[in-house]
Formats: sequence, structure tokens, C-alpha cells
Amino acid sequence: MVPFAGWYMPIQYAGVVQEHLCVRDGVGIFDVSHMGEIDISGKDAKKFLQTLVTNDVDKLSDRAILYALMCYENGGVVDDLLVHRLAEDHYFLCVNASNADKDYQWVLDRARSFQVEARNISAETVQLALQGKHSEPLLQRLSDVALDDIKYYHFKTGKIHNIDCIIARTGYTGEDGFEIYFNAEHAERVFGKIIEEGRDFGLQPIGLGARDTLRLEMGYALYGNEIGAASSPLEAGLGWVIKLQKQAEFAGREALRRQKESGLKRKLAGIKLLDRGVPRSHYRVLREGHPVGEITSGTFSPSLNCGIAMCYVSSECAEKGTRLEVEIRSQRVPAEVVPLPFVPSRVKK
Amino acid sequence: MEVPKDLLYTEEHEWIRVKGNKGVIGITHFAQDQLGDVVFVELPQKGATVSQSKTFGVVESVKTVSDLYGPVGGAVTAVNQELESHPEQVNSDPYGKGWMIEVEISSAKELENLLSPEKYAERIKEETH
Repeated sequence: MVPFAGWYMPIQYAGVVQEHLCVRDGVGIFDVSHMGEIDISGKDAKKFLQTLVTNDVDKLSDRAILYALMCYENGGVVDDLLVHRLAEDHYFLCVNASNADKDYQWVLDRARSFQVEARNISAETVQLALQGKHSEPLLQRLSDVALDDIKYYHFKTGKIHNIDCIIARTGYTGEDGFEIYFNAEHAERVFGKIIEEGRDFGLQPIGLGARDTLRLEMGYALYGNEIGAASSPLEAGLGWVIKLQKQAEFAGREALRRQKESGLKRKLAGIKLLDRGVPRSHYRVLREGHPVGEITSGTFSPSLNCGIAMCYVSSECAEKGTRLEVEIRSQRVPAEVVPLPFVPSRVKK
Repeated sequence: MEVPKDLLYTEEHEWIRVKGNKGVIGITHFAQDQLGDVVFVELPQKGATVSQSKTFGVVESVKTVSDLYGPVGGAVTAVNQELESHPEQVNSDPYGKGWMIEVEISSAKELENLLSPEKYAERIKEETH
């Protein structure tokens, strides 16, 4: 167990590699109750969210979900988050645990001129993630609503083991699966029931270690590593969730527009080691002996059986196939730029 | 946690099996358990010299990277090449197939600085509390 953003969380239950492969080959359950949730309701809810996040909330229909960022005026990232639309005047945000209090304050400060109510419901909300190809048949056994027609980045409200839940087809692994939200008083009962029912499917609980290797194989950004207050989300390749053209003015828009116009000096790239070794965050990346960047996240990929990493490198080095080197202690291990994700996504589109 | 009686131990969780003037070296069951899945072991070449309490190699697991410290000084007489393709043997058989190097012990006196199995067992008990 390790302290993580004010919570005690297991790095592993059975072992990182074994848990990782359990999710890739079957199904795993993550207790991700540490994630923060903020409820936003009121007449101006949509208008407010349009000014709060970078993506276009106008595009959301009821029971649909949007990945988005909240940015500072300088374009740096306050947090990345999921926006769930319950109704035109009612949403909930899922944010990073490490940022939950900061985010809530950020939301409150910006909500003042709108007719909205923002509530931090993190403490009373449990989030479980069921990930892997057996997620749907397993969860269907316990659910009173049909799951097969929940599309990716959509959700339903329904009962799981007789408890009211939000059942969303989202995740952080690249596998098909669900993220489930419900009141914390039922946490043990629901978790226990899923574990029990999951025996038929080889379900295992998954710790933080495999959560990181799974997301890294998908090239998903992690706040504090690939994105943060001091780095540009455009460089992180998140331009697709930044709608500079939308009508509402949002924090960071001008800075991001300027960044886009003047061109990006560096880019986030995926690299694969061509020799043995494990790349880790902050290791230097070189090209023909000259430093060109730094690793943000790196690990040994259990699916590919080699070292993989994401790194910021000068833009001309981010082209697929570029030969680079990673400085691992005193050695320079050859690496190659590869397209992200490292492993093909199997989410249900 | 298994702590075999016929070995000597370091504070940093290496073990040494002494036979005559040679010693076979690896990491303990406790160490492999703390590291988790070992994916890469970096070892010195045959003929290299290792020193007591100085790093002689590195073990990388998925979770973390950790230095290996020499239980004694001496010349490396054998290296476990199998670990190149099967680093997981450090996890599955830390006192057997997971051995790392064999050295010719240059000074038997250095063995006196190592922990007995009983002392080492106490040491890891402290660390797990």
C-alpha cells in the first residue's frame, strides 16, 4: 500500500505484469474511488461549462461524456477531466484525485457570475472501473439495464446489485469496459458482489501499478507527467479536445491560439527501446549524442515485452521511425519513435 | 519470507553462498517480493572486480530500479547468463536459478561484516512493520 493523493492505495495485488495481462486477456476491477467528482447543476450549467473547459460541451447529448481540459490563462493545464451530461442543466465532472480540491476551488471561483451550483461529491462517491473484454457479460449479470447499447463515452443510470449507479462505457486501459459511480455507503457490498460474480470470468482486482502500465501502452496522458500547469496541452497532442473555434471564451484560449500559430517547439512522442532496459520518467533522450528531450512516463510493456516511454522531444525528432537514444544510468540505449498507442485500442466504438 | 540457513546476507538484501574461496551471489526472497516482476538484470562481465558494499549491477522491475551491492569483494568468476532471457527467475527462484554472479572472495575477513540468517530475518521483520 502506498499513500496516493491523500488515499492509501495498493500498487499491486498479485503482481503488476499478471494483473496487466488479466485486464488485456479477460477482465479486471479497479477501485478508483480516489478520483474526484464534482456535480454541476443550474440554469447556466451548460453556459458555465463552455467557459470552464476546452472541449465543446454543446455537442453533448444527455447521457454522453466528453474528455476535456481546464486550462490556466497561460495555456497550462489545471486538470484533465470527463464531463458527463445528465441533463442540459445537470452535469458531473470526474477529475484527478491529486487535483480534486484545487479543481473544486477553481470551479467555485469561476462559477460566481453564473446561476449554477457546484458540489464536491468526491467523498460520498465510489468509482469502480471494470475493464477487459469480459466486462459486459459480467456486469450484465448484476445490472437491471441493458449494457450492450451503451456506446463508448456514453452512460446509463441503472441498478447494479440493486444499488443506483451511473454506468459509463469509459476507461483508462484501452480495453472495453465500464466506469461505475455510486454512493459510498454501498461500496463494500457492490465491490464484493462483483468480485464474487467475477469468479466465473477470472476477474482480479488491479492495483495502481498495472493501471499505469495499461494506460501507458495506450499513450494516455497522466496529469503530472505528460500534462501539467507548466506544459502545453497542444504539445501533448491534445489539440483534439481544444476547440479554439467554439463561441464561448474559455481560460487559456488566447495563449493556446498563439502557441498554435507560432508552431510547437516540442512534441510528445512514443518511443520503444530497441535494446534491453526500462526507460523511466526524467531520463534524458538524445539524438546522435545530443540531448533532444526528456521522458515523461516510461515502463516495461507487459504486452510488448520491451521498454516503452512517452517523451517530449524537439518537434523535428518526433517523426515516426526517428532513431533516438535513452540515457539509462551511464548507458545510451537505442530507441525508435513509434506511433501511439503502443498497443491497438480495443474500446467498443 | 524464506531465509535459508546456509547463506549470509547484506543489509541491502543480497545473499551469498560460500563454498571454499568462492561465493555465489543473488538477491533475497524479500527483495524480489518488494521489487515485483523483474524484467532486466544488469550484471558485470566475467573477470570484473566487485567490492564489498559497492554496486556491482542493477535490477529493473516493472515498478522500480534497484542497485545491487557486493556482499564481498573479489573477481567475478561466473555470471548467470540465463537471466538475460529469463530475468523472471529472480522472482520464481531467488536462491536457486535466480543467482546472479559467482566471485572469488579476495578477503574471507569481509564475511564477518555480513548478517547471519537470524539477523537478516529480524531485519526484514522490522522493514515489513
